[in-house]
Amino acid sequence: MNLARAMYLALRSLMRNKVRTALTMLGIVIGISSVIAMVAMGQGASTMIQDQISTMGRNILMVFPGAASSAGYSFGGGTSTTLTSEDAVAAAELPSIRAVAPIVRARAQLIAGGQNWNPQTLNGTTPSFVDVRDWDVEEGSFFTDADVVSSAKVCVIGRTIADNLFPGSSSLQQTIRMKNMPFKVLGVLAKKGTSAMGQDQDDVVLAPWTTVKKTLQGSAFNNVDQLLVSAQSDVTAASNDLTGLIRQRHRLAERDEADFRILTMNEMATAATQTSQVMTLLLAVIASISLLVGGIGIMNIMLVSVVERTREIGLRMAVGARGKDILMQFLLEATALSVAAGVIGMVLGVSAAWVISNTLHWPTLISPSSIGIAFAFSCAVGVFFGFYPAMRAARMDPIEALRYE
Amino acid sequence: MEAAVGAAEFPMTPLISIEKVTKVYHLGEHDIMPLQGVSLQIMPGEFVAIMGASGSGKTTLMNILGCMDKPTDGKYLLEGQEVSRLGKDELARLRNKKFGFVFQSFNLLSRTSALENVELPLQYWNTMSWSERRQRAEAALKRVGLEDRMDHYPNQLSGGQQQRVAIARALVNDPAIVLADEPTGNLDSKSEKDILTLFSELNATGITVILITHNPEIGAQVKRLIRIKDGRIVENA
Repeated sequence: MNLARAMYLALRSLMRNKVRTALTMLGIVIGISSVIAMVAMGQGASTMIQDQISTMGRNILMVFPGAASSAGYSFGGGTSTTLTSEDAVAAAELPSIRAVAPIVRARAQLIAGGQNWNPQTLNGTTPSFVDVRDWDVEEGSFFTDADVVSSAKVCVIGRTIADNLFPGSSSLQQTIRMKNMPFKVLGVLAKKGTSAMGQDQDDVVLAPWTTVKKTLQGSAFNNVDQLLVSAQSDVTAASNDLTGLIRQRHRLAERDEADFRILTMNEMATAATQTSQVMTLLLAVIASISLLVGGIGIMNIMLVSVVERTREIGLRMAVGARGKDILMQFLLEATALSVAAGVIGMVLGVSAAWVISNTLHWPTLISPSSIGIAFAFSCAVGVFFGFYPAMRAARMDPIEALRYE
Repeated sequence: MEAAVGAAEFPMTPLISIEKVTKVYHLGEHDIMPLQGVSLQIMPGEFVAIMGASGSGKTTLMNILGCMDKPTDGKYLLEGQEVSRLGKDELARLRNKKFGFVFQSFNLLSRTSALENVELPLQYWNTMSWSERRQRAEAALKRVGLEDRMDHYPNQLSGGQQQRVAIARALVNDPAIVLADEPTGNLDSKSEKDILTLFSELNATGITVILITHNPEIGAQVKRLIRIKDGRIVENA
């Protein structure tokens, strides 16, 4: 008997008992669809977190000023003015730290020739910035430490700004005016693209922090808004070293509360990724249990079907069917059942993932491998749970089977 | 003598030849021996009835003749070939190619059309195309006079018609031998007569027919009657 014919007969036989077939398939449908939806959600979450880490740089730590307070009245986070660029220089000396760049934030309208633009990010920093962020200068060069010392009116711009202010021409050595002061463009940063948060990372202007602080902010102080730190490899060690160093530099006693706080991207991200991975695994395991239950359901129904069709089996053997023909017939029925259920489950699972990402706005990611594994799994469930009933059918004695009432 | 005439007409080996066949079943501590050394020859084209009371061993003999069962001891030559030591798969092939089976309870697949029931033996041991299968099944149904009932389900057919479908199924592979176990046991006398007529017609086309029955009237109608009692042949005319 050829396979196409056998498949046809298997489907015919399943169609004779539509309600039973549908109910038997239900377990597998639920199992497969929930596995696919769960894995899609888990992978979506991990991927989002991974994306955020990789655009930020893997070993990034951020030091923010703490809350300043006066007479017991707190001004809130970031108001303390004790974090300085000297802290950055000192921190860069720590063996656990690769590079440190101070950050001063400002806002200003950019004007160049006939164009103007309001950048999303206008930061003052030092040349260490390129090391910390692992960000290359594509054209020209970054400003130098000398520029920082002399508060030179120079800047480096991102690709988006270059394209908007100087369309069709080189932006190098051009002048951009900010708050009526001319800044010379020394370089253009390599394109970095959109961050996971949807922010255009190339919409950026970087200038020496001293210039930004004095000229653009008009501030007389020399504190900075943030230290951007990249650790050698061990972020936890870097974080501990950094805490010790800054506490010492800020002359904080043991019992004093820190006037800064450290945020490590990696720790946050790792924790979040691990959580989502554990959740994914847990959900997949629960979903797999329903797959197992579905498989047992198939075995149960196939056993009933084999007993019900004892006379048919006897007759088929009498007219020439071998044991393996009968085995094949029932195995194909079980497999057809579970594969059909698997396909329906896949469609449902993918739809569920789509609905989840569109109504709840949770990120989902359906990988081809999860579909492939789900499909292979549903075939395997059919073969595995169909084998025992099929074997019982194949081992029947034709004479006894024909006599069965 | 009839056998001598048969031998002259067919100068070949007997279609079926069994020699001192015994069958023993082990049931717990007791052995049951439904066949206790049966020897028998059937020539091609014969119409034979095997008669005996229930428990006489006639069904066991039938199962052995039809290659459904193997003798415990003794020889079975089918068309001159020893078959009593063949494996299960080889026996299945013989059942498919050489025999057509007709049962007392018809054994048609329910919710399956007459045509598909008849096609059943063609599912095994052949590589026929769909259309060829269909044609052969249609031809077999025509042969039993059911050409207008091909798409009916068994529950839409009378008992006699169902048995005709079963006979068509037995014929579809052009068997040398049709084995019928009480084929009219579940039928009224009118249908019984029709079915027996059909068997006679088939026999007239050269098919060897072996009937099992305990109905003496049928026994009287056939060319040759074999009586079996307590596992032994007591009459072989």
